[in-house]
Amino acid sequence: MASVSIRNVRRRYGSVTVLHGIDIEVADGEFLILVGPSGCGKSTLLSMIAGLDSISEGEIAIDSRVVNDVGPKDRDIAMVFQSYALYPSMTVGENIAFAMEMRKVPKAEREAVVERVARTLQIGHLLDRRPAQLSGGQRQRVAMGRALARNPKVFLFDEPLSNLDAKLRVEMRAEIKALHQRLKSTIVYVTHDQVEAMTLGDRIAVMKDGRVQQLGTPQDIYERPANLYVAAFMGSPTMNLLPVRLRSESGHWMAELRSGDSSVRLPAAPAGYAATGERDAVLGLRPEHWRLAEEGESGALAVTLQLVEPTGADTFGFAEMNGQRIGIRLPPKPMRHAGEQVRVRPDMASASLFDPSTEKRIEI
Amino acid sequence: MAIPSFLRRPVQRDRMPGERLGAGRALVYLGLLLAVAFYALPAWFAVVNSLKPLAELQAGNVLGLPQRWTIEPWIEAWATACTGAEQCTGLSRYFFDSLIVVVPSTVISTLWGCFNGYVLAKWRFRGVDGALFLLMFGVFMPAALFVFPLSMVFAKLHLSQSLFGLVVVHTIYSVPVALYFRNYFVGFPGELIKAARIDGAGLWTIFRRVVLPTAKPILVVVGIMQFTAIWNDFIFALVLAPSDQQLVTVGLNNLTNVQEDVPRYNAYMAAAIIAGAPTMVLYMLAGKYFVRGLTAGAVKG
Repeated sequence: MASVSIRNVRRRYGSVTVLHGIDIEVADGEFLILVGPSGCGKSTLLSMIAGLDSISEGEIAIDSRVVNDVGPKDRDIAMVFQSYALYPSMTVGENIAFAMEMRKVPKAEREAVVERVARTLQIGHLLDRRPAQLSGGQRQRVAMGRALARNPKVFLFDEPLSNLDAKLRVEMRAEIKALHQRLKSTIVYVTHDQVEAMTLGDRIAVMKDGRVQQLGTPQDIYERPANLYVAAFMGSPTMNLLPVRLRSESGHWMAELRSGDSSVRLPAAPAGYAATGERDAVLGLRPEHWRLAEEGESGALAVTLQLVEPTGADTFGFAEMNGQRIGIRLPPKPMRHAGEQVRVRPDMASASLFDPSTEKRIEI
Repeated sequence: MAIPSFLRRPVQRDRMPGERLGAGRALVYLGLLLAVAFYALPAWFAVVNSLKPLAELQAGNVLGLPQRWTIEPWIEAWATACTGAEQCTGLSRYFFDSLIVVVPSTVISTLWGCFNGYVLAKWRFRGVDGALFLLMFGVFMPAALFVFPLSMVFAKLHLSQSLFGLVVVHTIYSVPVALYFRNYFVGFPGELIKAARIDGAGLWTIFRRVVLPTAKPILVVVGIMQFTAIWNDFIFALVLAPSDQQLVTVGLNNLTNVQEDVPRYNAYMAAAIIAGAPTMVLYMLAGKYFVRGLTAGAVKG
């Protein structure tokens, strides 16, 4: 197992720059997630780590060895693809052993490795089948088996669960996590699914337009998003982003929340000693940062639910506040209906503040 | 015992909602029947007349079934018909000479085209667009343009002494079939090749182990196309083959042009069917792979 260093890596296609100066250090045994929308550059970065794509500027080092000019087969990496990429004319056993065959490993050793891998992934009974005869989940296991057989320093996953149905995705996610815990392998994992990112990663790099928007632990990214984009990207339903005008008052920035006829002024954050006057900001509150309030409780306001989404374990109610639609997590009982009024108070301590023009987090 | 599918009574087809058997549809069927007749009549003519004794034909029974069935015309066409001043050995020699030329040409040109098409589709290199353009240009060139210059080249290189020259010509002029393979391989999943590169396979190994086994449909399509085209070729065969080793297309032409005696139509019909037999048999055996290959996206213009 080994570390991966990505230092000031850029990728240009002619005059178009696809990756702008990426800096990420992956520690030995760390599970790093690259997450972002289509076209953000995460798959390009993974290809460059694998050696399938060349690096325009900067360097990539695997286990302290700069690999910019090293071919993919000599980088000691293994990759699992979204479409599994199993060789259709070979059996499962031959698929797993192919890399060893290319390196001229003797047959007995190859068979021993295939057996070991098959036992780990419980695919021993599939070794003589062709990929076309396997289900999606089985194919994914074989693809992982092929990667395991190489015994690489770094595992690279390129959206491996995107082709599976929802239930299978949850199962395979747990298997990948279990595999990581058992093998303590260094993994770089690309996905567009933020749930996968949150559940699997030791650290997450949220990417957009070829730049890393934030690099941190799942908790960091969820609780202290660095900008509006990261705030809206992680979490489902998305974080509520409310435009507010902050007014400095006795050492606090006060924000006003209005919904219909009801309004309330709450301290958004302690003000810096130099703060005066007013400023515009965007207040970020997640659906779970709201509590039901008793009649007469301070710091609360009444909202009218326009839409109700019961999910079984929770109910999400959507209402209007400060001109935006907000989502509030409510207990599943009692049942709510559209048109009902509820009194809620926000947990301002968990809130985030963003500057509306730079879109960056305001650290107070 | 299982009844073959084409003998079973056809099942009544479900009507689509709003479908009517009207004048338009009747016209379509009429057109189709006429087209079938146009194609089937000469074939019927050939088959039926190749099994009649010459006297019957001369008496006027041209379209009907033979009154006396005989396979003598076939034996004559194969072994004893006259195709030139002193040659009366039938089509058999020409048939084998054609095989000697067509089989190697088909195999080499198909496999070579497969490799070229794969490289053109999957490996980026400078000038790939220029190469494609030139290849497409080659598809549109008529063979007749090159026959005269080629005959001069052959004379200089002494290639007219054997059939090897014809094999070379057909193989080289078939290089544009790489385009069919290129269109097929463009749809080939790139991730398979990436996975093979990571596993340590080079260009040739990837082609042999990963690409070729999955290219069977397109290989069959192009193989059948090549066999048919080269077997049926007349111009190159006429001009570039050595005078004592002619191909079956030329042999058939010679046979039907012999002036001595009366025209022996029944033998000519048998000879024509013999000349066309290999391509027919090939399509009957491999035809379903041909269709499969086409619908697998093999030939996309």
